[in-house]
Amino acid sequence: MTAAGRGPRGARGTARPATTQQRSKDVTVTRQGPLPASPYDVTVVGAGVVGSAIARGLARHPRLRVALVEAQDDVGQGSSKANTAILHTGFDATPGFLEARLVREGARLLAEYAAATGIPVEPVGALLVAWDEEQLAALPRLVDKAGRNHHPDTRPIGPEELYAREPHLGPGALGALHVPGESIICPWTTTLAYATQAVRNGVDLHLNTPVRAVGRDDGTHVLDTGRGILRTRWLVNAAGLHADTLDRALGHDDFTVTPRRGQLLVFDKFARDLVRHILLPVPTALGKGVLITPTVYGNVLLGPTAEDLHDKRATGSTAEGLEGLRDKGRRILPALLDEEVTAVYAGLRAATEHEDYRITAHPQQAYVTVGGIRSTGLTASLAVAAHVRDLLADAGLDLGPAGELEPVRMPNLGEAFPRAYQRPELIAADPEYGTLVCHCERVSRGEIRDALTGTIPPAGLDGLRRRTRARAGRCQGFHCGAALRELFEEAGG
Amino acid sequence: MSRVRQVDVLIVGAGPAGLAAAARLAAARVPRVEVLDREQQAGGVPRHCAHGGFGTWPHLLTGPAHARLLVTAAESAGAVVRPGVTALDWAGPLSLHTVGPRGPETVEARAVVLATGARERPRSARLVPGTRPAGVLTTGELQQAVHLYGQRIGERAVVVGAEDVSYAAAATVRAAGAEVVAMLTGLPRARTRPARAADARLRQGIPLLTGTTVAELLGHGRLSGVRVRHGDGREAVLSCDTVVFTGDFVPDHELARRGGLTLDTGTRGPAVDGSLHTSRPGVFAAGGVLHPGESAATAAHEGAHVAGAVLEALAGAAAPDGVPLSVTPPLRWIVPNRVTPADRGLPYLLRTTAHLTRPLLQVTQDGRTLHRRRLARAVPYRTLGLTARWTRLVDPGGGPVRVTLGDR
Ligand SMILES: Cc1cc2nc3c(=O)[nH]c(=O)nc-3n(C[C@H](O)[C@H](O)[C@H](O)COP(=O)(O)OP(=O)(O)OC[C@H]3O[C@@H](n4cnc5c(N)ncnc54)[C@H](O)[C@@H]3O)c2cc1C
Ligand SMILES: Cc1cc2nc3c(=O)[nH]c(=O)nc-3n(C[C@H](O)[C@H](O)[C@H](O)COP(=O)(O)OP(=O)(O)OC[C@H]3O[C@@H](n4cnc5c(N)ncnc54)[C@H](O)[C@@H]3O)c2cc1C
Repeated sequence: MTAAGRGPRGARGTARPATTQQRSKDVTVTRQGPLPASPYDVTVVGAGVVGSAIARGLARHPRLRVALVEAQDDVGQGSSKANTAILHTGFDATPGFLEARLVREGARLLAEYAAATGIPVEPVGALLVAWDEEQLAALPRLVDKAGRNHHPDTRPIGPEELYAREPHLGPGALGALHVPGESIICPWTTTLAYATQAVRNGVDLHLNTPVRAVGRDDGTHVLDTGRGILRTRWLVNAAGLHADTLDRALGHDDFTVTPRRGQLLVFDKFARDLVRHILLPVPTALGKGVLITPTVYGNVLLGPTAEDLHDKRATGSTAEGLEGLRDKGRRILPALLDEEVTAVYAGLRAATEHEDYRITAHPQQAYVTVGGIRSTGLTASLAVAAHVRDLLADAGLDLGPAGELEPVRMPNLGEAFPRAYQRPELIAADPEYGTLVCHCERVSRGEIRDALTGTIPPAGLDGLRRRTRARAGRCQGFHCGAALRELFEEAGG
Repeated sequence: MSRVRQVDVLIVGAGPAGLAAAARLAAARVPRVEVLDREQQAGGVPRHCAHGGFGTWPHLLTGPAHARLLVTAAESAGAVVRPGVTALDWAGPLSLHTVGPRGPETVEARAVVLATGARERPRSARLVPGTRPAGVLTTGELQQAVHLYGQRIGERAVVVGAEDVSYAAAATVRAAGAEVVAMLTGLPRARTRPARAADARLRQGIPLLTGTTVAELLGHGRLSGVRVRHGDGREAVLSCDTVVFTGDFVPDHELARRGGLTLDTGTRGPAVDGSLHTSRPGVFAAGGVLHPGESAATAAHEGAHVAGAVLEALAGAAAPDGVPLSVTPPLRWIVPNRVTPADRGLPYLLRTTAHLTRPLLQVTQDGRTLHRRRLARAVPYRTLGLTARWTRLVDPGGGPVRVTLGDR
C-alpha cells in the first residue's frame, strides 16, 4: 500500500482538510467594495509571507482591530510566491546582524509551526560543494562562522563522503561543507496558513487594495487606497519591493529597494532521485549563487540568478538567464539536464544598499517599517512578526491581553506526506478525493473544491495552483487546464 | 488497505490504442479484459478533436464520433471500460496500484498493455522566456476548452507551429470566435498538405511566418503579445492575448519509466519489438506512448496488432529476445525499436530531421545489408514508413541492426 495512514503529522482522520471545517468567528476577506469607515488599531500593508506573519502575530491580541491590506488580488503574490523555498538555518549569516538572529529564531519557529499546521517540510540538509582549491580553502572559515551562528554540527566532508551522499554529482568536486539543519518547505502553504489563521482569528483582509498615499489626521493615519480611505492608528509597512516608496511617503529616506531578480528552472519529478541534499555553491561576494535543490513537491530546482534591476515588475525570465543556469547546472548535476523542465519562473528580492534588514520603529508616528527583507524572509517570517510586535509594544501600542490562536490545519502539498488520493479513509468518506482532475500532480476534485471554498478563496487559476498544485505539473494544463477553469468558473470565480 | 483484484489483461489508457486492443482481446474470448482511463470519459485525445479525419476510409469520422465508436466496440466485445480510474504505480511486475472514486485498488493481471498516449510540450519545457501571463495554451488544452467546455479563449491568438495539429489549433481558435493573428514555425515551410497550408493562408488570411521563433512572452496578468525573432535576427512584437504552442509531442511515459522498462533514446517511449513486447515479460505498449505525434489510426492499428502478442503470452509463449534497432542522424527515431526474426506485419515508422531528395534507406546488421530502398524524398518530422519484410534475415545472436538514410 501507499503512504496512506502513516500520517507523520498527527491525526488526519477528518473527512475534509481542516481549512473548510474550522471556520468559527466571522471571517472578513474582501476583494471589492468600500472599506470599513471606522479606524483600525493596526494596519499591515502587504500580504506577503512577512506581512501575513505580522498580521497573524497581532491576531493573538483579541482586543486589537487589525487589517491586512494587499494591492494584488491574492495573498503571497510578490516575492513570497517565487523563491527557492528553503528553510535556512542561517549558518552563514553575518553574526551580530538582526537578520542572523531572526533567521535563526525564525527557522525554529517555522519548523514547529509547520509540524503543527501541516506545511510540508523536509530536513534534507545542505552541502556546500567546493569545486576548486579556493572554495575548499573557504570551508574552514564557514565552519567557524556556523559555530558563531550556533550551528556546531556543520562540518567539512571529503570527496568520498560527498560522492557517497550525492552519487549523481558531476565530476571534479573536491569536498563540501555539510549543514544538517537546512530544510525545504512549501512557501505557498506557509503564507496562506498565516493569512488564513490571521483572518480566522479576526484580522480583516482587504485584497485589491493598493495603498497610494498616506496622510495624518487627528492622530490617525489616513491611507488613500484604490478602494477609498482606510484609517488606522498604527501602521506597519511590509510592502516588500515597495516598502521604500511607502517609507518615503511617511517622510523617511532610510533605504532604496533595488530589485534583484532570481530566475529558476523547475525540473520534472523524474529528476528527484538525482539529488538528496540542497546543493549550495560556496558563497562569494556576489551572493549565494546558483543552487540545486529538491522541492517538497518532488521536483528539482535549479537557480536562482542574481540580477540587479530597476523595474519592480520585471518578473520575466530571459534566454540568457536560462542558458546560464543550464550551463551551471550541467556541471553540478549533469543528468539533470536530460530531464524535462516543468516550469520556469523568476522572483524579485527586495535588496537595498544595506546588508541587514531595515526594521525600524517610529514611535512618534505610530509606524514601523519592515524593509529590506531580501533573501531570507520566508525563513525569518515568524521571528520578524514577533520582533515587530515587540517594537509596536515598546513604541506605545497597548496590545491588550494575549490569547491562543485557534490552530489551522492546511492541506498537504508535499510528496513526503500522504496526499489526499493516498488516503483511503478520506476517499471512503468522500469519493471526490479519489476523483483526480490534475493528473500530473494528482490533485483531486475534492481538494480543488475545498480550495475554492476556503477561508481565502483563490482569485484565479494561479492562486488555485498555489493552494493545490493543480496545473503545476509536467503537462501544464494540456490534460486538465480546461477542466480546472470549468471548476473555477462553476465556483463563481 | 486497498482491495486486490485479478483480471486477465489490464490496459492502461482508453484511447484508440487501448480500446482497439481491448476490443480485439475480448473478441478473442479473453474473459477479463479491463481498460482504465484517468479521464472521466473514455476515448483519449480524439474526444476533443472536433474535426474530421478519424476512423478509416471511406468511414471517416470526427474525433468524438470515432472515440464513441471505439468505446462501444470494446464494450460490446465484452471488455470492461473504467473511466475515472488512474493507474498510479506498479505493485508488482504485472500489477498496478490504482485510485478512483471507489478508493485505492491493486489490480493484478496476466498481461499489461500500456497505452498512455502523448501530450504536447508546454511553453515551459520549450524554455520560452518572458513573463507568465494567462492565455498560454497547448492544443490539447485549447481543444478541450472550446470543444468540451465551450469556454472563451481570447480575441487574438498566435499559433506556434505549422504542422497538422497546428492547423487544427488554428481552426479551433476560429471556431471559438477568435482571430488567428499569425502562425509561425522555425522551419522554412509548413509541415502539412500544401492545400491545407494554402487554404489557411489565402482563404482564411492567416499569415504564416517561416524561419521564425518565439523570443519572449509579454504581459502581466494576461498575455499582451509575443516577441518573435526571424531567421535574419530581426525581431517584431505580435500583439495578441492568446498563444497556442502546438506539436512537439512527448510520450506520457510515467508508468513505463516508473516500472524501469527500457526506454528508447529517440522517442523516449518504451522500447518495443515488432510484436510490441516491452523489456518486461508480460508488459506491452501501443499507440502514442511509442511514437508521440502519430495519427490515431496508427494507434488503433497498433492496438489491434498488440492483441496478437498478448494472446500468445496468455497461452504461455515467452517473448523472443531480438536485437536493438537503432537509427543514425539525420534519422531521429524508429518504432518498433527492437527486432526479432519473428516480427511480421507491423511497418516501421521513422522520423528524420533533414530534407533529402531521393535518399537511400538502408537496414544493416554487422555490415550485412538486410534491406535497401530509394525514396522519393524525406521531409523533416513527416513519418517515413519501412516495411517489416526483411526481419526474417536478422541474426538473433548478432549485433544491433542499424537503419540509415543517406545519398548512397
Ligand atoms: C529568487 C528568490 C529566492 C529566495 N529564496 C528564499 C529561500 O530559499 N528562503 C527564504 O527564507 N527566503 C527566500 N527568499 C526571500 C523571500 O522570498 C522574501 O524575503 C519574502 O518573500 C519577502 O516577503 P515579503 O512579505 O516581505 O514581501 P512580498 O512577498 O513581496 O510581499 C509584499 C506585498 O506587499 C504588497 N504591496 C506592495 N506595495 C503595496 C501597497 N502600496 N499597498 C498594498 N500592498 C502593497 C505586494 O503586492 C506584496 O504582495 C527568496 C527570494 C527570491 C526572490
Ligand atoms: C491536440 C491533438 C490533436 C490531434 N489531432 C489528430 C488528428 O486530427 N488526427 C489523428 O489521426 N490524430 C490526431 N492526434 C493524434 C492522436 O490523438 C493520437 O495519435 C491518438 O490519440 C493516440 O492514441 P492513444 O490511444 O495511443 O493515446 P491517447 O488518445 O492519448 O489516449 C491515452 C489515454 O491514456 C490515458 N492515461 C494515460 N495515463 C494513464 C494512467 N496512468 N492511468 C489511467 N489512464 C491513463 C489518458 O487519459 C488517455 O485517455 C492529435 C493529437 C493531439 C494531442
